[in-house]
Amino acid sequence: MATFIAIVLAAVLTNNFITVKTYGICPFLGVSKKSSSALGMGVAVTVVMVLATLVTYPIYTYVMVPLGIDFLEIIFFIFIIASLVQMLEVVIRKISPSLYNAMGVYLPLITTNCAVLGVAELVIGDMTSILGEGVAMNIGWAALYSLFAGLGFTLVMLIMSGMREKLNYYKTPKAITGFPIAMVTACFICMAFTVFSYI
Amino acid sequence: MNKYKKITLDGLIYQNPTFMLVLGTCPTLGLISSAFSSLGMGLTVLVILTLSNILISLLRKIIPNEVRIPCYIVIIATLVTFARMFLEKFVPDLYESLGGFLALIVVNCIILGRAEAFANKHTVLESTVDGLANGLGFTAAITVMGIICEFFGNGSLFGFKIMEFKMSMLATPAGAFLVYGICIAVFVYIIDAIERARRVKVNKLSRENLLKEAA
Repeated sequence: MATFIAIVLAAVLTNNFITVKTYGICPFLGVSKKSSSALGMGVAVTVVMVLATLVTYPIYTYVMVPLGIDFLEIIFFIFIIASLVQMLEVVIRKISPSLYNAMGVYLPLITTNCAVLGVAELVIGDMTSILGEGVAMNIGWAALYSLFAGLGFTLVMLIMSGMREKLNYYKTPKAITGFPIAMVTACFICMAFTVFSYI
Repeated sequence: MNKYKKITLDGLIYQNPTFMLVLGTCPTLGLISSAFSSLGMGLTVLVILTLSNILISLLRKIIPNEVRIPCYIVIIATLVTFARMFLEKFVPDLYESLGGFLALIVVNCIILGRAEAFANKHTVLESTVDGLANGLGFTAAITVMGIICEFFGNGSLFGFKIMEFKMSMLATPAGAFLVYGICIAVFVYIIDAIERARRVKVNKLSRENLLKEAA
């Protein structure tokens, strides 16, 4: 139970992917103009992150390490993620066209999202600072960590999109319109999230 | 020669990947708290980008159009794996400080973007120049921001202590976002001002010519 709470707190608040690790900034800046698209992107990223961890973690631990080919992890992981996204797109289009309309446009973008490859690389690395001493990493914790990391990502995306929707009502000078003002907005969100690191 | 000058200027200034196109933001924001790691990241990306541009433009007639993205990803991932082994063996300090961002070069939009937008349509020499120019543009931008962040956030430069005064907020991701945003704004403002000055000059010249002709 303690490990569960530690993982949830770490993934959502203290080690949030966007505000602390700065993974997945491209969708964070690119798709956060409207709340609805931010939510769609967040959910799509969360789903892909969990699926990617569920596939890459066992392959790394039970196939690549025993065979001694763990140095090929980058090539394997990016290939698994790319094919996973492609398959997910086909499956969703077949099963639920309405969900595909809501989520489909974000799926191709996710292959080149740092957050997905980042979480796959993180869970095979050293996680003792989050899990606590003496707790061994297994596929359950890995999936849980990526699920809540995805939810933390969605949370920050939603906050950011809300702030950018409000920003539309104000006139800004030409040089800071667009990315610069979005970056400064993101700076304030990061400062708010820094407080959680004192938990 | 003019063609190469245009490619170089585009990569360095007018289409600068960091400031004008805002690509490859994750490593930029994650590493600019230290000038050493941002310079290292910039140089690593410079080498990988140039090599991937060369390989992709060499193979551009062989790779089928339908499966080009997976092919590019495999080429880039192989280069990144080599770079990672090289750094781990020969520059362990840099390997430590880059951390997870070294593996994430695979999904750096700059490299895939240049492959897709430039290298698969141009000759090897042009692609090499483009890779070097874009890589240098990225390196320059990330190093300048790294120096600003480390100097004001930590009071040091490339790890050497310079002054006691520091604003530690600038060494956190929040400060990275702030400095990045301000740098983009300043860069865009300067480019705009130069363009405006040039347009005024051209207008003035053409008006003088017209006046001369009328006289």
